Amino acid sequence: MAVKKFVTGNFYDEAVLFPAVKKTRRAGYKIHDVFTPFPIHGLDKAMGLRDTSLHTAGFIYGITGTATAVGFITWALTVDWQLNFGGKPFFALPAWIPITFELTVLFASVGMVLTFCYLCQLAPFVRKDHFNPRSTDDTFVMALECTDKTNDGEAISFLQSIGATDVQVQYKETGWWLGRYDKDTKRFERKDEAVH
Amino acid sequence: MSLLRYESQVRPALVEGEKDYHQVTEDICRPVEAKPSKLWWIGFLISAAMLAFGILSVTIEVIYGTGQWNLNRTIGWGWDITNFVWWVGIGHAGTLISAILLLFRQGWRTGVNRAAEAMTIFAVMCAGQFPIWHMGRVWNAFFVLPYPNTRGPLWVNFNSPLLWDVFAISTYFTVSLLFWYSGLIPDLATLRDRAKKKWRKVFYGVAAFGWTGSTKHWQRHEALSLVLAGLSTPLVLSVHTIVSFDFATSVVPGWHTTIFPPYFVAGAIFSGFAMVQTLLVVTRKVLGLQEYITLEHIEVMNKVIVLTGSIVGIAYLTELFMAWYSAVPYENFAFFENRLNLNSPYGWSYWIMMGCNVLSPQIFWFRKMRRNLVLTFFMSILINIGMWFERFVIIVTSVYRDYLPSAWSTYYTPTIWEVGFYMGTFGLFFTCYFLFSKFFPVIAIAEIKHILKKNGESYKEKMDTVEKQDTEKFAHDQEHDH
Repeated sequence: MAVKKFVTGNFYDEAVLFPAVKKTRRAGYKIHDVFTPFPIHGLDKAMGLRDTSLHTAGFIYGITGTATAVGFITWALTVDWQLNFGGKPFFALPAWIPITFELTVLFASVGMVLTFCYLCQLAPFVRKDHFNPRSTDDTFVMALECTDKTNDGEAISFLQSIGATDVQVQYKETGWWLGRYDKDTKRFERKDEAVH
Repeated sequence: MSLLRYESQVRPALVEGEKDYHQVTEDICRPVEAKPSKLWWIGFLISAAMLAFGILSVTIEVIYGTGQWNLNRTIGWGWDITNFVWWVGIGHAGTLISAILLLFRQGWRTGVNRAAEAMTIFAVMCAGQFPIWHMGRVWNAFFVLPYPNTRGPLWVNFNSPLLWDVFAISTYFTVSLLFWYSGLIPDLATLRDRAKKKWRKVFYGVAAFGWTGSTKHWQRHEALSLVLAGLSTPLVLSVHTIVSFDFATSVVPGWHTTIFPPYFVAGAIFSGFAMVQTLLVVTRKVLGLQEYITLEHIEVMNKVIVLTGSIVGIAYLTELFMAWYSAVPYENFAFFENRLNLNSPYGWSYWIMMGCNVLSPQIFWFRKMRRNLVLTFFMSILINIGMWFERFVIIVTSVYRDYLPSAWSTYYTPTIWEVGFYMGTFGLFFTCYFLFSKFFPVIAIAEIKHILKKNGESYKEKMDTVEKQDTEKFAHDQEHDH
């Protein structure tokens, strides 16, 4: 996985972060990500991220559950092995509503959680670089991705000018790998001189 | 103005004291990162001992059969199914707090939802034990699942409420677990990034699934929470509805009523909130989290208790009225002889139920009582006793004398192994809760931070001054203009 170069800056207040995100986008920098300790409503819009379609996936899983339940029970009780329960019709749809409902919920929930984990690449033993461990505590960390054309110095002073503190250049892997988080995260950091 | 969000000053603060984001992390992580106290060890060992006794009781029941319990041909469901319904009911408060209050945008849920959801999961685990071990030949328990078998295949009866229960309880457990754990992931990442010791880094590193706090991930996380809440809301209502169908679809006098589903759901929330109070009144004190689980939270939950308790009371009275109005002699006998008559063999249990569930919570109409911690704790225990007796009354007093006197039963008392089994589930519940409170944050850290600037005391005060200044300035400007 590629090791990339980033310029990171810390923010401590949402009121500073929001205008900063806007200014950064306007200035043409590529925001790799903003890491926050809790969900900040509207930040995704401000960063220009598109809406998630996780809801749609959930709906599809739910419908699958409904179809599975109705289809399977119908087949089992009317085709495969008909049983007479107190003279009731074999196709006793009202009596199947509870199980149909439960399976709808079950399929939708399990499916959505698995999809969520897949989309965010979350799983036990997965390790990711995330620039500043305090971003799960009290800091909003903005990471700008550096391209060939990016001037580090300019990017640093730009971040400082929009209110970021502790601005630095970091080299990080962008994807994930297997690990346990018990080793130092410095494994993939390189000194500035090493890159030319 | 540096404050992004605003909430009316009329609403009390949900986080007390001068807090910033880091302080929230510190406060909630402190009990997790500290060594377990002596009190914790004592509680944990007592729970573990109770669990061990429960395991012994169940082992004896499995070896010698359900004859070890005092069930008979008339009272086929005694303590075990009473306990099952009781535990399932307790679980419901957790889902109500985490799901329904999320949909209603109730800020106060953030202080209590994590512990309540954990309680749900442990309570459902305990509940599940009873029908499983009641099967007797528990090694055949998988017969309840619809799998292709060599007996036909002979499928399970999809028209039976008992099978609906299998699906309802297992779905409820799975969905609650997913909901709880997906909410825990960001907080586990917080603990991981704070970890100093190696085992902590490994444990929380593995448990946090590599969470980083990326904005895109949060966006998906929010969507997931909202949809799971939307799914859990009808789910929690359906679960106790289906549990009540176990009784309501039968033709036993006392069970055969259409009021059962809403009545059971209200009772479930009622007893669940009582259990939340039992746990949180102690937890907030022992872990020093009074600034997050404030008196406000306790009071709001007491309001829910008085509301649901009164709904349950109305249901009891409706039942009596309908029994009389139906003019069915068996219904009349079940309600007015088996239950209401204090001199009948089980009359006392009906009056314990009435006293604990309907009369005693009425004390919470008074604000001072709602904010009294000792009373809250005492009441929470009383309500859970009452709610246990509700299920006992429904089950035992309905079946022990139903139609033919020749089929009537003698007085039913549980054996030591039935009581031991029930005690064992308490052991399981509290062992799990002690482990949870030691290794996981009992308050949702990220969610508290999310509401901090809106509901935190110090932020509300700041907002108040801004508001007052603005009002004065506005009034001044108006005066000036005219």
